[in-house]
Amino acid sequence: MNAKIPAGLLVTALLLTGCGGGGGQSASAPPKVGLITKTETNPFFVKMKEGAEKAAQASGMELMSAAGKFDGDNASQITAIENMVAAGVKGILITPSDTKAIVPAIQKARDAGVLVIALDTPTDPQNATDALFATDNFKAGELIGRYAKAAMAGEPAKIATLDLAPGITVGQLRHDGFLKGFGIQEGDPSVVCSQDTRGDQARGQTAMENCLQRAPDINLVYTINEPAALGAYTALKAKGREKDVLIVSVDGGCTGTRAVQSGQIAATSQQYPLKMAEEGVKAVASFAKSGQKASGYTDTGVTLITDKAVPGVEAQDTAFGLANCWG
Amino acid sequence: MAVIEAPPLTRRLVATPVAGPLAALVLACAFFGLNSDQFLTGPNFSLIIQQVMVVGTLAIGQTLIILTAGIDLACGAIMAFGGIVMTKLAVDNGLPPLLAVAAGLAVCAAFGLVNGLLVTRISLPPFIVTLGMLNVAFALTHIYSNEQTVVGLPDPLTFLGQTFQVGQTNVTYGSLLTILLFLLFAYLLGSTAWGRHVYALGNSPEVARLTGIRTRRLTVGVYTLAGLIYGIAALLLVSRTGVGDPQAGQTDNLDSITAVVLGGTSLFGGRGLVIGTLVGALIVGVFRNGLQLMGVPSIYQTLITGILVILAVAVDQLSRRRNR
Repeated sequence: MNAKIPAGLLVTALLLTGCGGGGGQSASAPPKVGLITKTETNPFFVKMKEGAEKAAQASGMELMSAAGKFDGDNASQITAIENMVAAGVKGILITPSDTKAIVPAIQKARDAGVLVIALDTPTDPQNATDALFATDNFKAGELIGRYAKAAMAGEPAKIATLDLAPGITVGQLRHDGFLKGFGIQEGDPSVVCSQDTRGDQARGQTAMENCLQRAPDINLVYTINEPAALGAYTALKAKGREKDVLIVSVDGGCTGTRAVQSGQIAATSQQYPLKMAEEGVKAVASFAKSGQKASGYTDTGVTLITDKAVPGVEAQDTAFGLANCWG
Repeated sequence: MAVIEAPPLTRRLVATPVAGPLAALVLACAFFGLNSDQFLTGPNFSLIIQQVMVVGTLAIGQTLIILTAGIDLACGAIMAFGGIVMTKLAVDNGLPPLLAVAAGLAVCAAFGLVNGLLVTRISLPPFIVTLGMLNVAFALTHIYSNEQTVVGLPDPLTFLGQTFQVGQTNVTYGSLLTILLFLLFAYLLGSTAWGRHVYALGNSPEVARLTGIRTRRLTVGVYTLAGLIYGIAALLLVSRTGVGDPQAGQTDNLDSITAVVLGGTSLFGGRGLVIGTLVGALIVGVFRNGLQLMGVPSIYQTLITGILVILAVAVDQLSRRRNR
């Protein structure tokens, strides 16, 4: 009995697949574009996918999407690239989880004639993809650095930097940009504490708690993103320090922008994932039509959002920020 | 407890529901074949095997351990460490590639040995030992690699990623090695005294001991061998990705357990076939690839895998109850 059922299924299945093979549906199928994000759950990537879906619809393309299981999941991204190439995509838009480790897989896709565009995060080396559509992360950091310098108004700074993780360019660029905007060098004595948060709220809180243990007189906190900033705020509030510490951040997510509105975060550099995806899909559409490949770096823009503007640093208020936020 | 000696192979075959997973795999292939032009092609199947070879190979080691009624949460982390050891020794220290690979394999086997010793000598539960070792191996990977991806690997390290032609299809040497490993362990488990002892140990360690099997030595051997297999998985991973990646393998412990369970092996030990594990790994790979070809977002693959795992365990439980 047990043996008969699977055998029957096998025969049925083979018959079915035999029929399927003759279908031939590829002739009039719309061109495909693939989107591979770091994770499926981060609102940043949810918004990116939304933008890609809209743009794909508008240009008559079919969107395929995939993501890693966690930030840094290189193997899943490689698998997704291979499957998309097998599915016959014209182009792949990818936010690389591991900027170096993904390069050989991207090279294989490009060798197969697929246009590969990095969104948000450049590969290492950057020219491993045909083009890059991303925020200028150094500038994003520089903006909040300049803002913080002006907002401190000459008061001596005791700075905590809540960073991303070692070896990840986005985090390094924002950090370096912040220092440059603030007018100090790496290793400056005013930076009293630097911790990695992986952009995670709980880790951001732990990092801030530890920083406050080490240097209770911290008065300026740079954070890699708004979840880390909100974690830092929780830690500061527990110590009753939330009013006299300036928190600056990067991202411009809706939760983060509302935190700027309520004064938990002083200012944030807003970036535009929707635009990255839209521009990316458009580039693939034009490649599918004309064979013209996009190239080089396209800055998708960054805006300083704050309700306490300072002279000399261009900014928009949170009304603008909320109208343009993601997530 | 009624079983005094290890059940004969034929009874084990009937008692082990590999037929169910195989039917599921064939049905899934049929479904995706109907829904995508690109699915039922040689190159695509070659691709699927490439995509499951790392987790599949890890799952061979996991199968051995689960057959002894143990579990290994550290396999992915041990593999990641092995991969970093191989690549760093070859690239940063200029060791001859083959020596670097040997060192990586030895390190992985050593992890397995330590796991086995802790499980047998101090009688710690495998879950706890390997949970601890998961963190140890993860941390060592990140400390030793300094969080840097190792690039610029010498050719011998990526040899298993090279391909040879079968008809019109490019097949990687790694895929071939994976399949050979499965066949080897199917033979070892099914047709040797060692294999019968592993099943007996999983059925009842006490009974196995009373029948003269040196259970502690057997257990240590199984964990060490599993470690060595993780080392081979590390080499497969390195050759597939072309880099040494400190972030690798973070979900591979659960993914390998998924493959084992989907393949019809009982988590309670003593029942299951390693070929079932191959089928289990392929089911995951086929769903991931097929859904992608159909344009279904990857989160649904996770959803379906979850449902299949529960189904597989339910089938195992029900068949155990019936046998009782």
